[in-house]
Amino acid sequence: MLTIVIVLLAIIAAIFGVLLGYSAIRFKVEGDPVVDQIDSLLPQTQCGQCTYPGCRPYAEAIANGEADINQCPPGGQATIIALADLLGVEAKPLNAEHGEAKETKTVVVIDEQTCIGCTLCIQACPVDAILGAAKQMHTVIASECTGCNLCIPPCPVDCIHIVPIEQNINTWKWPEPDGGHAAPKAG
Amino acid sequence: MQHLRQARRTMSSTTKLYLFHGGLRLDGHKQISNQSPIATCKPQNRYVIPVQQHIGAAGDIIVEKGQRVLKGQMLATTKILISAPIHSPVSGTVIEIGKHAVPHPSGMETDCIIIENDFQDEWIRRNPVAENYHQMNSHDLRNIVRNAGIVGLGGAVFPAAIKQTETNIRTLILNGVECEPYITCDDKLMQERAREIISGADIIGHIIKARECIVAIEDNKPEAIAAIQAAIDEDSTGFFHLQIIPTKYPSGSEKQLIKIITGKEVPINGLPADIDLLCHNVGTAYAIHQAVFKDEPLISRVVSITGNGVKQPQNMEVPIGTYIADCVTQCGGYNDNASCMIMGGPMMGYSIHSDHLPVVKATNCLLVTSNNEIHPANTEAHLPCIRCAKCVEVCPAKLLPQQLYWYASTNNFERASEYHLFDCIECGCCSYVCPSQIPLVQYYRSAKSKIWELEADLKKSNAARKRHEARQFRLEQQKREREERLRQKREMLNTKKGRPEENEINLKKAAIAEALARVKQKKETQAITPKNTDNLTAEQLRQIKEADQRRQAMKKKNHE
Repeated sequence: MLTIVIVLLAIIAAIFGVLLGYSAIRFKVEGDPVVDQIDSLLPQTQCGQCTYPGCRPYAEAIANGEADINQCPPGGQATIIALADLLGVEAKPLNAEHGEAKETKTVVVIDEQTCIGCTLCIQACPVDAILGAAKQMHTVIASECTGCNLCIPPCPVDCIHIVPIEQNINTWKWPEPDGGHAAPKAG
Repeated sequence: MQHLRQARRTMSSTTKLYLFHGGLRLDGHKQISNQSPIATCKPQNRYVIPVQQHIGAAGDIIVEKGQRVLKGQMLATTKILISAPIHSPVSGTVIEIGKHAVPHPSGMETDCIIIENDFQDEWIRRNPVAENYHQMNSHDLRNIVRNAGIVGLGGAVFPAAIKQTETNIRTLILNGVECEPYITCDDKLMQERAREIISGADIIGHIIKARECIVAIEDNKPEAIAAIQAAIDEDSTGFFHLQIIPTKYPSGSEKQLIKIITGKEVPINGLPADIDLLCHNVGTAYAIHQAVFKDEPLISRVVSITGNGVKQPQNMEVPIGTYIADCVTQCGGYNDNASCMIMGGPMMGYSIHSDHLPVVKATNCLLVTSNNEIHPANTEAHLPCIRCAKCVEVCPAKLLPQQLYWYASTNNFERASEYHLFDCIECGCCSYVCPSQIPLVQYYRSAKSKIWELEADLKKSNAARKRHEARQFRLEQQKREREERLRQKREMLNTKKGRPEENEINLKKAAIAEALARVKQKKETQAITPKNTDNLTAEQLRQIKEADQRRQAMKKKNHE
């Protein structure tokens, strides 16, 4: 009787073993989905203010528990709350060491009269948003600029300036009514 | 009186109607402005034409400052699909192209073309197709509609030609409901230009190959009903049907009107075309008639200038670009008790803070309210929501406004979207009945625009991520290629150093030796021999000897 039970259990174990082994190969998950999820919440400015060389490395560091969730100034409090939600941790205020959250969105512009065509800003731009060639005038593709300002320090003639993105009729937002009695927290 | 009787008779012969959920019965205030015929706006000195007056992309300006333009000449156009061109309402000179304030809730400025009238009223050459449209195909007719800059004149200003691209539509619904209080521009247009409206609807029907056209009018407009009925009676094809619907706000909203007439509901995120229907406003049909029969682009529209704040409220055909102030002046000016100017109706319009703005294609009504005539949207302190659910009872979209308010006011956009925030038509019924006077619609509008901004941000950040990844990939590839090149070079050097080939070296040595021998031989055979040395004088010989000595000395010196 005992032998039969042992044999039976062994057979079942073998079947499940094969099944598990098969599904491990068949349904293998490429990459780390947590990193992807974190990365999708980050603003992708690639500014490096978090001390990591880009948003994805920072996402990896958060996933590995090496970095805190409050190191992203461009994302601001909204990103911190979203990350806290995703990872099931307490939200905290932005770490001032990494910079302050920006009030308005900005882009950079190159003063094309002053530009000497040194290509240093092109090399610094993390999203290839600067167009130009050696000894030719450079210019910023404003629609692709993330406002990371990484191109400003390398410029030898200080011809790159930060300008706020101006609101127009199409990007204008309806103001929120300032209700005297705030609505209770949504449940 | 005869009109009324006729209207009643028609009413009794109509088919079964369906009711939509909610809605309100509001005081019409229509008699303020519908007592006199449509007036014509006197020509003005200056017209301001905003480049973007429609939903979609703004056109590219194709005129220059200082250029003379004719009435009906195109000023801006684009090849982008969702867009509409704009035209000059008068003949005159372009005196400026630049920013000017336009009627918009933001009060912002946008690109405008300013034209000074030369009072010549000189039209651009027109070439109407008129009756020949029956022989034209849908594509060409649609192009006429598009090039005439015709947009939905009910208030949505969506380019009309795009709606007409669906060609398997069964029923065309002509919307003459005009359910919002105070507004009477469609009412008067139907009364005075019914035949043109029906003709325009026939053109639309021809474009989309519709099988029938239902003209829907609220039962509070007996004169318009009679006029439209008369126009329909002239048509013998049986294509048109008049449908009189009970007066209830917001029956004129596209989705609600479809529900009333057909009992069907437009699917979420869908279009009326998904259930084989197409809706057009009567004003749009009139504009299409003008474009086809007279080749006149959309350069004017009927505007209701009404409210107790204006001296002679009336409807007026106003060229696009006329200053609102000029319109009001022609209506006798403001009353002393005028307090607020609203563009659109009291339910869905928005207040504008200046009358130095142009009339645009969307301007169906300019409502000048007197003190206490209507309550402006409450933007200040309001009482808390007591969850009385009055808003749920009146919501024509069958939403839960109180829940939407909960989520919109706490920026919980995910939940707000789950509760179908984007199905809200912003009709204002919920705000109207709210006992706490919560400006509900304003919360929804604010939440909607925040969600749009977040979506735009997400799109931008995804694009940035892609570009960043592409850059990383390129940099790594360049690095790999460089390393590969270096490795190949190193390998080549190593092969030569490591295994010197004896044969090769010997061969090279032999070649060098051979070359040296050749040079030596050449030197010997081609040594310079003095020529013409015969019969030299003693003097010449002495000179040669001296030169030889100098050469020897120099050689010696060089050797040292």
